[in-house]
Amino acid sequence: MTNKKEKNSLVPENNGTTRREFITHSAALSAGIAITVSSPSKKILDKVKQPATGHMVISLQVNGKAKSLEIDPRTTLLDALREKMHLTGTKKGCDRGQCGACTVLVNNTRVNSCLTLAAMCDGSKVTTIEGLGTPDKLHPVQQAFLKHDAFQCGYCTPGQICSSIGLIKEGHAKTDADIRELMSGNICRCGAYQNILDAVKEVQNA
Amino acid sequence: MFPFTFIKAKNNKEAITAAANNTGTKFIGGGTNIVDLMKMNIEKPPQLVDITSLGLKKIEVLSNGNILIGALVKNSDLAYDATIISKYPMLSKALLSGASPQLRNMATTGGNVLQRTRCYYFFDTATPCNKREPGSGCSAIKGYNRMHAVLGTSSSCIATHPSDMSVAMAALDAIVHVEGINGERSINFLDFHLLPGDTPEKENVLQQGDLITSIEIPSLPFASNSTYIKVRDRASFEFALASAAVALEVSGGTIKNARIALGGVATKPWRAKEAEQYLIGKSAGTETYKAAASVALKDATTYPYNSFKPELAKRTLISALQNTGGNNE
Repeated sequence: MTNKKEKNSLVPENNGTTRREFITHSAALSAGIAITVSSPSKKILDKVKQPATGHMVISLQVNGKAKSLEIDPRTTLLDALREKMHLTGTKKGCDRGQCGACTVLVNNTRVNSCLTLAAMCDGSKVTTIEGLGTPDKLHPVQQAFLKHDAFQCGYCTPGQICSSIGLIKEGHAKTDADIRELMSGNICRCGAYQNILDAVKEVQNA
Repeated sequence: MFPFTFIKAKNNKEAITAAANNTGTKFIGGGTNIVDLMKMNIEKPPQLVDITSLGLKKIEVLSNGNILIGALVKNSDLAYDATIISKYPMLSKALLSGASPQLRNMATTGGNVLQRTRCYYFFDTATPCNKREPGSGCSAIKGYNRMHAVLGTSSSCIATHPSDMSVAMAALDAIVHVEGINGERSINFLDFHLLPGDTPEKENVLQQGDLITSIEIPSLPFASNSTYIKVRDRASFEFALASAAVALEVSGGTIKNARIALGGVATKPWRAKEAEQYLIGKSAGTETYKAAASVALKDATTYPYNSFKPELAKRTLISALQNTGGNNE
């Protein structure tokens, strides 16, 4: 992997379009569906002030931005991030607190967003992978993951990175064995554990 | 997940009243267990009361030397508390052997005590389970029962209690402080959880509306020499097949005091008082520990797939006794 920008005539220049947006737009266009940003239904929705029966309104600070959301109380923080705010960097793996793919930082502490009800985060500060760095200025842990090739398929990586940041901040890992133990809430099916360990160590010792 | 109403309580009274007035209401603190169970349609509370705004987040050393742990103290904060590490290492080790760092950052002290079993039949709504659906039968007794209990079982249920923290709490004679609709009361930890008997769905003595406010750990100077050993199928992030919390006071090679509790092998956090009594006055050494371990497991009843558990529990206990008492033989 490399983080250098490479020219490739087959791939359009990234003008702030995410891979997901690109795929969505391409699929819609190929199916002959026109996308209108301001459809009548959206205008009607914008006028609705009262939450639907049984729903509630919560406020969050997500990646530094204030967000107000209307949610069903059953909504997990993970689903609120992905489905309501379209922050799809945070991944849904097991959805049961066992794999760690959904790890985010709530009030600077790493938690499993799949077992966190969004309703309980009212007033909280949430940081996801999207809030850590930019393509031009990566977070040190993101940079270290690239340098040490700490992933293969990348599905667990947003969770691994958020968990690593939490681990480093907590400050309890003194040895390699400690880091492995304190990263045990994040499963990597590709088995990049040794490289994840190297990445965490580099930032921890920096 | 079934729909529910969500209330955020501002104080203990508001939480207790809301829960007492709506049968089936559950409090939510960390949510690590109940949200999982709600997704599986195993827990179906009509109402959740968010108690995270209540002032139950402190760890205090009382004037009598006891430690008072607020019900909302996170497992990670308790595990890394300097007083807990120095005075009750078994408690810190038990907490750190449970779950993952993310889950420990969420899970609360009060909630940990109320954890439901990890019996796979309890989780599988397609199978009978007396704990989940009273009277439907126990699938584990004649099923695959490798992880199940060998102590405290009944013909209705052989599910293990999953908490590591609670094993240390049992050994330390903790006290559970509860506030309910009729006021406050204190429950000895060993009386808090119930054996399954004919009513495995009733896991503790709490009544509707009862809120655990704190857990108190009595001063126990010799608990500074204590440990928690956990044996499981993988090195981390797994429930116990067998575990032992041990505190030992040894003077001149003779055992003066002992505390023993077992996890992973019983239907509730299992205190082994008879084994403690056996140790007192004896010479600290492996032969003594082996005999004490046999006393601790003498009432074990095994099932086809968990017949290894009494021996595993004995060896786990012997190892914990060796770690705390040394071997003078």
